[in-house]
Amino acid sequence: MEVTQAHLDRIAAVDGAVHAFLYLDAAAALSAAAAVDDRVQRADPPASPLAGVPLALKDVFTTVDMPTTCGSRTLQDWWPPYDATVTCRLREAGVVILGKTNMDEFAMGSSTENSAYGPTHNPWDLDRVPGGSGGGSAAAVAAFEVPLAIGTDTGGSIRQPSAVTGTVGVKPTYGGVSRYGLVAFSSSLDQGGPVARTVLDAALLHEVIGGYDPLDSTSIAAPVPPVVQAAHAGATGDLTGLRVGVVSQFRGEGYQPGVLRAFEIAVSRLRELGAHVVEVSCPSFDYALPAYYLIAPSECSSNLARFDGMRYGLRVGDDGSRSAEEVMSLTRAAGFGPEVKRRIMLGTYALSAGYYDAYYGQAQKVRTLIIRDFAAAFERVDVLVSPTTPTTAFGLGERVEDPLAMYLSDLCTIPANLAGNAALSVPAGCSDDDGLPVGLQVMAPSLADDRAYRVAAAYEVARDAADGGPLAHRVPELTEDRLPGPNRAGVVGR
Amino acid sequence: MDYGEVLERFEPVLGLEVHVELSTVTKMFCGCATVFGAPPNTQVCPTCLGLPGSLPVLNGAAVESVVRIGLALNCSIVPWCRFARKNYFYPDMPKNFQTSQYDEPIAVHGSLEVQLADGSTFTVGIERVHMEEDTGKSLHVGGATGRIHGASHSLLDYNRAGVPLIEIVTKPIVGAGARAPEVARAYVTALRDLLRALEVSDVRMDQGSLRCDANVSLMPRGSSTFGTRTETKNVNSLRSVERAVRHEMSRQAAVLASGGQIVQETRHFDEDSGTTSPGRRKETSEDYRYFPEPDLVPIALRDEWVQRLRATLPELPWQRRARVQAEWGLSDPELRDLVNAGALDLIAATVEAGAPAGAARSWWVSYLSQQANSRSVELTELPITPEQVARVIALVDAGGLTTSLARQVVNGILAGEGEPEEIIAARGLAVVSDSAELMAAVEHALAAQPDVAEKIRSGKVAAAGAIVGAVMKATGGQADAQRVRELVLARCAP
Repeated sequence: MEVTQAHLDRIAAVDGAVHAFLYLDAAAALSAAAAVDDRVQRADPPASPLAGVPLALKDVFTTVDMPTTCGSRTLQDWWPPYDATVTCRLREAGVVILGKTNMDEFAMGSSTENSAYGPTHNPWDLDRVPGGSGGGSAAAVAAFEVPLAIGTDTGGSIRQPSAVTGTVGVKPTYGGVSRYGLVAFSSSLDQGGPVARTVLDAALLHEVIGGYDPLDSTSIAAPVPPVVQAAHAGATGDLTGLRVGVVSQFRGEGYQPGVLRAFEIAVSRLRELGAHVVEVSCPSFDYALPAYYLIAPSECSSNLARFDGMRYGLRVGDDGSRSAEEVMSLTRAAGFGPEVKRRIMLGTYALSAGYYDAYYGQAQKVRTLIIRDFAAAFERVDVLVSPTTPTTAFGLGERVEDPLAMYLSDLCTIPANLAGNAALSVPAGCSDDDGLPVGLQVMAPSLADDRAYRVAAAYEVARDAADGGPLAHRVPELTEDRLPGPNRAGVVGR
Repeated sequence: MDYGEVLERFEPVLGLEVHVELSTVTKMFCGCATVFGAPPNTQVCPTCLGLPGSLPVLNGAAVESVVRIGLALNCSIVPWCRFARKNYFYPDMPKNFQTSQYDEPIAVHGSLEVQLADGSTFTVGIERVHMEEDTGKSLHVGGATGRIHGASHSLLDYNRAGVPLIEIVTKPIVGAGARAPEVARAYVTALRDLLRALEVSDVRMDQGSLRCDANVSLMPRGSSTFGTRTETKNVNSLRSVERAVRHEMSRQAAVLASGGQIVQETRHFDEDSGTTSPGRRKETSEDYRYFPEPDLVPIALRDEWVQRLRATLPELPWQRRARVQAEWGLSDPELRDLVNAGALDLIAATVEAGAPAGAARSWWVSYLSQQANSRSVELTELPITPEQVARVIALVDAGGLTTSLARQVVNGILAGEGEPEEIIAARGLAVVSDSAELMAAVEHALAAQPDVAEKIRSGKVAAAGAIVGAVMKATGGQADAQRVRELVLARCAP
């Protein structure tokens, strides 16, 4: 309970500035923590190594005791009648869920500015974005509001926010974590995963939420890869004999020089740890972004069709005179923000008769090529590395009017979603041109998530030794004079 | 236009789409029950309500059923197939897409041989058999017709949403000529009998577990180019199938003969008038934006599994017909009459339940057929089972019932009074075979007709009939006539 209370106090102190949370339930959190304490009192074994640890859940997972808004007006005040599998597993493990975190509406965005409930601010610089779509989860961890959070990653929504907030974020192998109760954006790409301040913490959380779920047909009937063991093994700091491939497509034009320099330093550390580093070309990765922006909107246009005001959520225009079709149309017009509408329209167009082959069909072929590029690469190397994002955190409002610039934030993270393999982002120090965090992306084959953890854990030890301590400890003080004006204050709790 | 004239000038082309609700215990993609007639919205869960975050899990029993249907229809079962999403907005569809199969159905290219009234056969080609989920039901309130036009509001019941549905689509049926309406009815009848034999569906057209859409078009005699077709829905009985096709042929012929054009549209069959009327006209052709369902993994069927299912196929209706014809020594016309009366399967089942073939045939084609006629129902719809008929026959054979008593028992069963034994007890129908009681009645009858008694004594045995008749009358028909005759002759022995 003390741990939970301390984090609630911290949230009370700083979330007005950060606005990571959309909903907090202090009473429920304290009672969950008390239940863990009771077990300790009775000398019962803890439910898991994370029993009693506070956590923030991205507001895209269903929870029976808290609303699930997906950052959208259309689901304002929607209280789901069921818990997501991830939610259930967290509760069973004794993890204390403090609340739900802010996100781009339906996980569509790279800055959390598309939330209907106002943006989240990057704790490293409150005038900058925390990345997205899971900016709330990453910012909450970076701001020490929680030690752990859950995100979802469709094109980089865990890794990109982690990179720009100096946290560890993992996109497990597709099918490694159940999607049951994860409100779908793009079903074939969505994957839940952990956000933490250290690789080992992420691994512990990964083992709690991962594993086969009969309620999700796409979940893999295989044991969770031994990621905790891999994190321990990596922490010995020895990568002798490991083959690391640097993706040659992910640098050059469009990349911030400071990010590339930080990445080169990270690669040299891997070499110092004994890794054998080679350059690997994955030519089809150049087409990943366009393919993603056909597949994801196509699936989203279908997944989001259900938000029509007929059964739950927002209903607009039902004055007794309008037809169901008119009410559906008015509800959707009022309930969705511009980015969601943009993607629904893109996807509807891409799936239309006469265009399907040229757009959706072609994008699926690119997806196959990307899978082949990964397969070929993983014959030569054990893991692939790249910067997680081309730039550090950009300013609030900077890319709102320029969707293409926004989309480029996910350039390096998208291939792993299209291929379904494991990938993570681990802090790689700060860029020397703006002093903001940079992420090192480590990509491993499907079901070899442990391999990425091992590399990240080894690198983490070397980086901390070189930098004189964890990056997370260098997050600026969120002192009174750094707090933004009242217009930015978030709505916390109810 | 006169029907004969229609056929002189045009050749009809039919296409029949039959939807069959499977009688699985649970729904297609969730564990909800599928009981017909349950209170509204009591058989629902997050998945069949399409709640955000919910996911489908395929019902293995449904796949088994559809493969058995495909095998019985001589289809090829594909080794690999997928579900697709059919996207359109309608309030009774919880997700605003239907999970169906599109270009990858599970069974293709089969045939079904159907029997016509004159004993000839017609082979109907089967294009495809595929799986999908049923929608919910809309109840339109406040209008005159119960249709959406004119209604003030609609109520939605999602109990049916997600019930496994099989769609069986014929190849174009060409060359039936004047008999096209009869072929349509015979096809649906044969399909219903087949599905009943497979025990995969209740096949109740009145409850909607078997639904037929009839596509009809006409082409000028001598042409090989199909005309524009209409699709007639709401065809809810076998008789309606025939009437709807016949009406559409005549209607279209009249339009074409007067120089008009057929509009490609959905039409609604009206049972009372026997005519069709246009459904809601679609201004543009519907674009369903089909794409592979990403929430379900592809279905890969192992050939050994399919062959194992093939071995479980029961005796199919046409196999049964051939067998009973040989076993019972029926001529072709006799067999045809039994088939036309819908009695064959009932007789066979009665024989299987232990009755001699002759008695079983006699009951079904005479007394029970009269009962069905007088109630205007199909023989199969009489509330009596072949097992019950077999029990009545057994009681007669054992001397426990006379023929007239047996008919009273059958009347009791048809009136819903219970099983034969219960009715015998309740109505006091048991045969009187107690010798003392019968002897008293015999003495009484002989005393009443002394002249007849004298004739018998003098050796005119035939005169005994009058005394037996008197005893039967006195006992209300409950006496065993054979036994009475024995007693009379014994008593009057010279």
